[in-house]
Amino acid sequence: MTSDLREIKGVSPWLQTNWDARAAGNFIGGGTGAGLLAAAAFHGLAPISLFSFVGLAFIGLGLLCVWLEIGRPWRAINVFFHPQTSWMTREGLVAIPLFALGGFALLFDSRLAMMAAALVGLFYLYCQARIVSASKGIPAWRHPALIPVMLVMGLAEGVGVSLLLAPGQLALPALILLGVRYGLWRRYLSRLQADGAPVGTIKVFAASHKPYLILGHILPALLIGGAGFSESSWLSMLGGLLMTTSGWWVKLILITKAAYNQGFLVPRVPVRGQGKPGAPVKPGWV
Amino acid sequence: MTKYVLVADLRRCVGCQTCTAACKNSNATAPGIQWRKVLDVETGTYPDVRRTFLPVGCMHCDDPPCMTVCPSTATKKRDDGIVIIDYDLCIGCAYCAVACPYQARFKIKDRLSAYGADAGEMTHEAARFDPALIGVAQKCTFCADRIDEGLAQGLVPGKDWQATPACVNSCISSALQFGDLDDKDSAVSRLLAENQSSRMHEELGTGPNIYYIWDDAP
Repeated sequence: MTSDLREIKGVSPWLQTNWDARAAGNFIGGGTGAGLLAAAAFHGLAPISLFSFVGLAFIGLGLLCVWLEIGRPWRAINVFFHPQTSWMTREGLVAIPLFALGGFALLFDSRLAMMAAALVGLFYLYCQARIVSASKGIPAWRHPALIPVMLVMGLAEGVGVSLLLAPGQLALPALILLGVRYGLWRRYLSRLQADGAPVGTIKVFAASHKPYLILGHILPALLIGGAGFSESSWLSMLGGLLMTTSGWWVKLILITKAAYNQGFLVPRVPVRGQGKPGAPVKPGWV
Repeated sequence: MTKYVLVADLRRCVGCQTCTAACKNSNATAPGIQWRKVLDVETGTYPDVRRTFLPVGCMHCDDPPCMTVCPSTATKKRDDGIVIIDYDLCIGCAYCAVACPYQARFKIKDRLSAYGADAGEMTHEAARFDPALIGVAQKCTFCADRIDEGLAQGLVPGKDWQATPACVNSCISSALQFGDLDDKDSAVSRLLAENQSSRMHEELGTGPNIYYIWDDAP
């Protein structure tokens, strides 16, 4: 196979336009909501009604985004028809007990229901990660190293919001998650590059890497760590805000800017006349 | 069993896009939508430059990722291998479009005409507009309706033009051939036995069913 960095219009990978910011909104809302429910349930944050309400609101807004994106919104019920193989169907099915349990926790201030909702929420988050990775037409999405990235991003965004709602708490988990999130992101990028990816995808990630490191990890870590020493709720909240919004920004980039498709390749350059066949050519790939 | 495939002899294709036009005419696809098209690919560096014409479209994969991800079961694979979409089930989520590594799926939001909204639709556009295709996924069907109709009349797809996809019928150089790969005597089976061929993105494990011939068998 001959990789060719040159771009050939209509042949080299190009940016997909089927999923836009509304699709990204589903992953942003779903991840943040599920992460917040988990953070609140497993750390015993109170009041339960507040955290369950905000968590469900994020998930609901995400689902609203995707509902606004589909071409036939009044047929949305059909999304439940294919649980055998479709992670989108599974996401929809899991949302039902998630809202039921979260709603119960919200109405009755039930710690047990909150725990159950958090567990279901983690599976909801997993479904979302698998939705992205099943997108075989987008090399940046289908890479298996993206699954843990999506999971930890959701948890980190949820913990970031919990720092806004309950400043000063969950500082240590937040710092750990920041470290893990950055480590997994680096691992994903290096594996993606090693396994081959469209030039456009690599360029977009390269351009966003430094801001993500500084604004999304170093600065929030300093703010959250500093808040622990100074007991400043403002520092903690600002750190949480950066932790969350930086994750949202990267998800937006992942879905709308780095999502170059597979493109085409010439399986073998054919024989013409007395000439010889040529090697396969795959333009626009690293 | 029957397994319909398309064979494109890259040595014969001249990039005339007659198949593209025939497909558009046969399926009345909207402006900008090409279920079948021919890529013009220039490779190499001067003076060793090659030009290859590459017909592409839905590969009607053995293991179609579009069908796996489809949440509504709108995408189905027939017993003869053709992948089809039930437009009445599809919700237009475009998950299939991002799952397809061949960029073969399309979705249009609005009714379009070739000369724009101000000029209005041409008569044939108005006559052949299908509202079922708005907001849902669409792609090459291997002209399944022609095949079914032909089979009902006792015709053989790939052999009798009435039962053969429009793109294959229109090909001026016979670069495109269609037929049953499970029939050892079909034209496609013989072509693949007598020549060297490859498929697009085989490493992804989808089992694409467009074969590209590039040389004689050794």
